[in-house]
Amino acid sequence: MIPAKFDYIKAATVGEAINLLEEHGFDAKIVSGGHSLIPAMKLRLATPEMLIDIRGIEGMNTITEEGNEIVIGANCTHHELTVNALVNNHVNVLSQAAKCIGDIQVRNRGTLGGSLAHADPASDYPATVLACEATIVAQGKNGSRTITAIDFFQGLFTTALEEGEIITAVRFPKVANGTYQKFFQSASRFAVVGVAAVKDGDRVKVGVTGVAGVPYRATAVENAYDGSSACAAHAVEGVDDVMSDHFADEEYRSHLAKVYVKRALEAL
Amino acid sequence: METFIGKPIKRREDARFLKGAGRYTDDIKLPKMTHSAFVRSPYAHANVRSIDTTEANKADGVVAIYTGSDSCGTFGVPCGWQVDFKNGETMREPLHPLLAKDKIKHVGEAVAIVIAETLEQARDAAELVQVDYESLPAVTDPRKAMEPGAPLVHEEWPDNASFDWCIGNDRAEVEAALDSAHYVTEMEFRNQRLAPNAIEPRSYIADYDVNSGKWTLYTSTQNPHLIRLLLCAFVLGIPEHKVRVVSYDVGGGFGSKIYHYTEEALLTWASKEIGRPIKWTSDRTEAFLTDAHGRDHVVKSKMGFDKEGKIVAHLTDEFCAMGAYLSTFAPAVPTYLHGTLFQGVYTTPLIHLNVTAPFTHTVAVDAYRGAGRPEATYLLERMISKAAKEMDIDPADLRFKNFIPPFDGVNEPGYQTQVALQYDSGNYHGVLKRGLEMLGYEDFRKEQAVARASGKLLGVGISTYIEGCGIAPSAVVGSLGARAGLYEVGAVRVQPTGKVSVFTGSHSHGQGHETVFAQFVADKLGIPMDDVEIEHGDTDQVAFGMGTYGSRSLSVGGSAIIKSVEKILEKGAKIAAHKLEAAEEDLEYAEGKWTVKGTDKSVSFGDVSLTAYVPHDYPEGLEPGLDFSSFYDPTNFTYPFGTHIAVVEVDSDTGKVTLKRFVACDDVGNVMNPMIVDGQIQGGVVQGVGQALLEEVIYDESGQMLSGSYMDYAMPRADDIPMIETDRTVTPCPHNPLGVKGAGEAGAIGATPAVVNAVVDALAHLGVTDIQMPLTPQRVWKAMQN
Repeated sequence: MIPAKFDYIKAATVGEAINLLEEHGFDAKIVSGGHSLIPAMKLRLATPEMLIDIRGIEGMNTITEEGNEIVIGANCTHHELTVNALVNNHVNVLSQAAKCIGDIQVRNRGTLGGSLAHADPASDYPATVLACEATIVAQGKNGSRTITAIDFFQGLFTTALEEGEIITAVRFPKVANGTYQKFFQSASRFAVVGVAAVKDGDRVKVGVTGVAGVPYRATAVENAYDGSSACAAHAVEGVDDVMSDHFADEEYRSHLAKVYVKRALEAL
Repeated sequence: METFIGKPIKRREDARFLKGAGRYTDDIKLPKMTHSAFVRSPYAHANVRSIDTTEANKADGVVAIYTGSDSCGTFGVPCGWQVDFKNGETMREPLHPLLAKDKIKHVGEAVAIVIAETLEQARDAAELVQVDYESLPAVTDPRKAMEPGAPLVHEEWPDNASFDWCIGNDRAEVEAALDSAHYVTEMEFRNQRLAPNAIEPRSYIADYDVNSGKWTLYTSTQNPHLIRLLLCAFVLGIPEHKVRVVSYDVGGGFGSKIYHYTEEALLTWASKEIGRPIKWTSDRTEAFLTDAHGRDHVVKSKMGFDKEGKIVAHLTDEFCAMGAYLSTFAPAVPTYLHGTLFQGVYTTPLIHLNVTAPFTHTVAVDAYRGAGRPEATYLLERMISKAAKEMDIDPADLRFKNFIPPFDGVNEPGYQTQVALQYDSGNYHGVLKRGLEMLGYEDFRKEQAVARASGKLLGVGISTYIEGCGIAPSAVVGSLGARAGLYEVGAVRVQPTGKVSVFTGSHSHGQGHETVFAQFVADKLGIPMDDVEIEHGDTDQVAFGMGTYGSRSLSVGGSAIIKSVEKILEKGAKIAAHKLEAAEEDLEYAEGKWTVKGTDKSVSFGDVSLTAYVPHDYPEGLEPGLDFSSFYDPTNFTYPFGTHIAVVEVDSDTGKVTLKRFVACDDVGNVMNPMIVDGQIQGGVVQGVGQALLEEVIYDESGQMLSGSYMDYAMPRADDIPMIETDRTVTPCPHNPLGVKGAGEAGAIGATPAVVNAVVDALAHLGVTDIQMPLTPQRVWKAMQN
């Protein structure tokens, strides 16, 4: 559990971080809370030569209300999302998801932006980001852009972020009624299945994490929704890459997806 | 005067542990100390074509690199127990090399050690060692290892068997009884492989002093003297009197730190080569890959009953994995620590167990909390509960019907089992009766019926275990294949001021010896506990020791100390008689002083102590000093027993099991410190629940470990466990001076079948009769679907 040798630099601004990323290219990694990257480094699964720490950048750990959106700085910790009044009042589904992550120590260190950029297919936020139709704000050397949730997650540990881009914030539309329901993997306590459901008038929006290689919107469920939870039977419709491991094979995981979509719809 | 035995006195060692001031091996930093890292095989079975250390040798800070081609490659660590084949063939015992040279036999086996100035440099250089492997097919399942054509772990033998063994009555007689039984229940399952997961990983520092020619080995072991003996006499051939082994504080062992591991021998050898101290501390991944595992039995069993529900016969065949090499106690675990408990607490008249112990391409399997007894108890207690369900008898009633009647071992003789042992004392009715009361069993059955009607799946599971502790009479274990005695040493040194230093060969790695031993020594001497200090974990301090495992510290180690206390009092009485000008037989000792019976003439323990060391006015012919060492060799094992009852609820949608209640009524004989006994029971129960619901080491077909981290190996956590409700009955052990039996493993033995029985009970109306451990939500859900 000793990482390979690496250099470390603390960036003062987003611009500086982006310049450093460009300068060091593939040898560099952005670190914020360090709760995905550092374990990988300790196992020498990741061996970056340069860590660029964005944790101290001013303005990246604020939570503000902008019209119909709550804008959350990428450096906000999971813990902050569980206690912040704006998040609790307007995007409660996100608070619920944050509460399910790791333990107190992890929630005090890990960040929203770091978790999304890492894109672990069993992490909790993607379901919520998808269900809320949040947008990810990314900044690179050519300036800032927003990426819709549906476009953001592209594969196992793969996102739409381009080389040299950093997530600076996530914009969540206010959600009156949402819920996050999770079946914990007994060892890691990551999600075997995590379902975020958000009520949008008569419709629902459902995000699912843990089930497939890429977190997804359960559109078949959404389309069949008639106010009851019967549509949960469609939870894995159209999903062709249901994951399998010794905790949950394809059959069981698919079953759990249906159970947890049902539970989420019933909790709304 | 204040007495201490039987009181819940807080553990004196906890002050330093809670302040982070423990003396663990990894905390020790010696001058000029080097650090080391191992290059380990990623393959389970492979030929090593070549090892190239050229680049690694050039790396910053590297002091030395050794491979199996160096002279250390000729040394191997030995096995401490020999179990020969039934046909008389000697146990097959391969060399377990300190570094693998040509052939890899399990993932994680070391091929090279890199020693450097810093740990970081050692790790970096280890990455530069180039090893060319030729991967070969592997076998990891003990039953498959015995199939014709299975890949051979050791090519020098025609198949993978290390030995086979049987115990009990004649097989044909048992089979005949089963054939004519009124009812026969059957089970086939795997008692899964577990990783011990002590919080402190294994850690060693070997320090060879060039000037004195002496070694000091700091090691996180459960038995420093045995390590020294094995290291000196059986591995390196170095003089025992020139080696000091030290293990002060050890952060848990659960069996995994009993054994002599290759790393500590290699470090000891290499320290002399480089003339500097070398440290190695395992990381968690290495712990999963290289600490000896527990369990891994593939079991097929039949139990027959008569019309009244009395057990008439029990027949079991097992394949018990040994791993790639024979760890120190490995052959004893599925044999003498397992088959000898097949009587359980029942009057079964005919028993036969047949064991085949194959090598597999996995790390070694050895004793893990309970060591053979959890496996025996799981089998018996599952079989009884399964049969009860099938015969439509209440599982508590079926147990009462079959219990051995109470016996105290004094007025009634010990109970002679069909499987070699004689139980010391027992009252199995008592613990089940009390356990059922604690639970409110009858009320629970009503609650269960109501819950079931509303679709809620509640279940209750009972287990009534017995175990053999306090190992062990040396002559008995010697006749069974042990290559060591299993006595213990306890020395009591009274200082001139009457303060007492106690040196024990037992080893504390969480048990609380510093408190408990001081409690009974203080009571026996009638002095304050603060006047007694317990020392352990240093081979230079105590004559010898066999260490701590098999719940033996108090019953064997404690008894050795008592023997020395008795010698102190005997000699003290001579001195006191001289001082009081009275005859010894006219004296009585109480509350720390000798008094002439019927008078107020007395002399205190402190005065006698001072006189012993300042013998100006002293009995003629008596040696000065007050310092005794004793060896205690027990006359029998001890046999704690108890009843564990679990209540579970199963989520009908997901199969997830929630443990709602856990009731434990144990009988561990006399209790020195009830708080510590409760803690031991609770900790054991949690490990037992871990086996039932969560834990499993999984090797795939190629021998890769799929569960080698806490992301993949599920340990029990606080929120998995309800408050554990404990109570006790007391049936003293008749053959040791404190009347104690041992409590360290009971929880892990009793809990597992109670939980599994509860889950099966919750699902019985769906036709579920068994589920393979661990009862993961997936396995439970799938069982419900069938």
